[in-house]
Amino acid sequence: MEQKNNTLLIYTLLYFAFLYIPVLFLPIFSFNDANYMSFPLSGFTTEHYEEMWAKTNLHKALWASIKVGVVASVVSTTIALFAAKAFARYKFRGQNISYGAIMIPFLIPEIILAVAILVIWLSLGFKLGLVPVTLGHILFCTPFAMLILIARIEGFDFSLEEASRDLGENAWGTFYRVSLPLYLPGIIASLLLSFIISFDEFVLAFFLTGSDATLPMYMWAQMRFIQKLPHVLALGAVIIVFTTFIVLLAFWLRNLGQGKEKAEFGIKIHE
Amino acid sequence: MLQVWKSFYARSDPAKAYSLLSPALILVTLAMLIPLGLMLSFSFFTQTSFTEIDYSFTITRYIDFFQSNLLVSLLIKSVKISFIVTFVTLLTAYPVCYYIAFYVKKNKMLWLVLLTLPFWTSYLLRVFSWKIILGTKGVINSSLINAGLLSEPLTFLMYSETAVIITLTHAWAAFALLPLYVSLDKIDFSLIEAARDLGLSRLETFWKITLPLSLPGIIGAILIIFIPTVGDYVTPALLGGTDGRMLSNMIQAYFGKVNNLPLGAASATIMLITVAIVTMIVSYTTKKLTQRIS
Repeated sequence: MEQKNNTLLIYTLLYFAFLYIPVLFLPIFSFNDANYMSFPLSGFTTEHYEEMWAKTNLHKALWASIKVGVVASVVSTTIALFAAKAFARYKFRGQNISYGAIMIPFLIPEIILAVAILVIWLSLGFKLGLVPVTLGHILFCTPFAMLILIARIEGFDFSLEEASRDLGENAWGTFYRVSLPLYLPGIIASLLLSFIISFDEFVLAFFLTGSDATLPMYMWAQMRFIQKLPHVLALGAVIIVFTTFIVLLAFWLRNLGQGKEKAEFGIKIHE
Repeated sequence: MLQVWKSFYARSDPAKAYSLLSPALILVTLAMLIPLGLMLSFSFFTQTSFTEIDYSFTITRYIDFFQSNLLVSLLIKSVKISFIVTFVTLLTAYPVCYYIAFYVKKNKMLWLVLLTLPFWTSYLLRVFSWKIILGTKGVINSSLINAGLLSEPLTFLMYSETAVIITLTHAWAAFALLPLYVSLDKIDFSLIEAARDLGLSRLETFWKITLPLSLPGIIGAILIIFIPTVGDYVTPALLGGTDGRMLSNMIQAYFGKVNNLPLGAASATIMLITVAIVTMIVSYTTKKLTQRIS
């Protein structure tokens, strides 16, 4: 280990500032008593928040985002849990290809996924709406969920499961009584992070929602009108606080009962 | 029969693995591979009117694409912007990861969580916050005018390639930070100490030991930033203006108001092929480089 390096420390702190300051402008201006987002600040107000709360379209969009997020996170975490177990426990032919195939949605430009789903959805004669958005989100969240869960399951002592089977418990009982409690922090972390990814996702929603706006779509529509911006700022500030809280909770859960070495990331990078 | 199957199943690892994998593989097949295949076949069709498509096979859309100055220049611009973003992100993020890997002793994990936290907040909002900063009446311009340093707002800040590059560099930072940190943290520090003891300067040690050993992380970061930024839609749409438009904005138009699905599908296919080519070149170069080192 090196001793000290103040130049690098200062650089690192500046980099942190670069990462954080832009995001902080949203909450700052959301309390500013003006329609333009410029300095100097003209006074403190909470009226943008009141204005935000009065929008009924926003409530609709919020509800749509929650529905999509809950379904997408539950389904993708379930699918990812099975897949993660296969990769963590077994060595088999076609392992790398299967792993690659499941990771692709995370690796190709999102707009291509969106266009592909759009084409098939329209060709089948289905209506655009929250269903294709949810499908897209499940596809997009599964690789994330799998990375989180593999990190949790890897190094799991599978003889515990075998012992349970040998002692006469059936497969479901073994899962419920032995595996699930041990995986649980990882599963909850995966549910929370998948929910956040879906909740904030824009491109797939933009192509596939039709007229049922999700929350990011609602914000997108409002961003074009300068006079509507202040309440978007208020909404943005609320979303940022909410997201940060959920993500910190997920990180904390993910690291419960984990060794220090493995616990360093929200997601584990695989090589 | 059932008994035979059961005993085969109980013994066979691949059978168990694939039954666990089947939901994920079915999902990927139905929601991605088949749709991508259909998108590919659409790129060989022709839009005859606003609502009608001629389904006979033709490669005309690809010829259309490469004969259109606009589309070709947007493709080149997308690749160029992505390369710049990738390069700038790597260069700026590397020292941070280096610091955390080699100098931070306590609470490394907290540092990393703090580094990746902004990445989890809404992408749309992060891009939007740059609009607040760079806008004509935004943070930078209003501050400079108030300080008396400017009389007119700087217009090049907003709706330009520069705006797109700055914003993308900020938006994708976490993707560079994680793989870089992982590869730096794996380096056995005694190797670096040994090099120093043997008389190499700090710079030589970095050049000959640290940098080559962190190559996997660098490659990972390159791919993981380049791929999504080539296809980025939100940033050029919000901040690019006409100068900073990218290929995705045209793809969106073809599926939206222009309504030319086949040409949109062809453009998306060409984007996908571009990404694949870059991925292959980068992976091939890495292989060669790592072979030379080891």
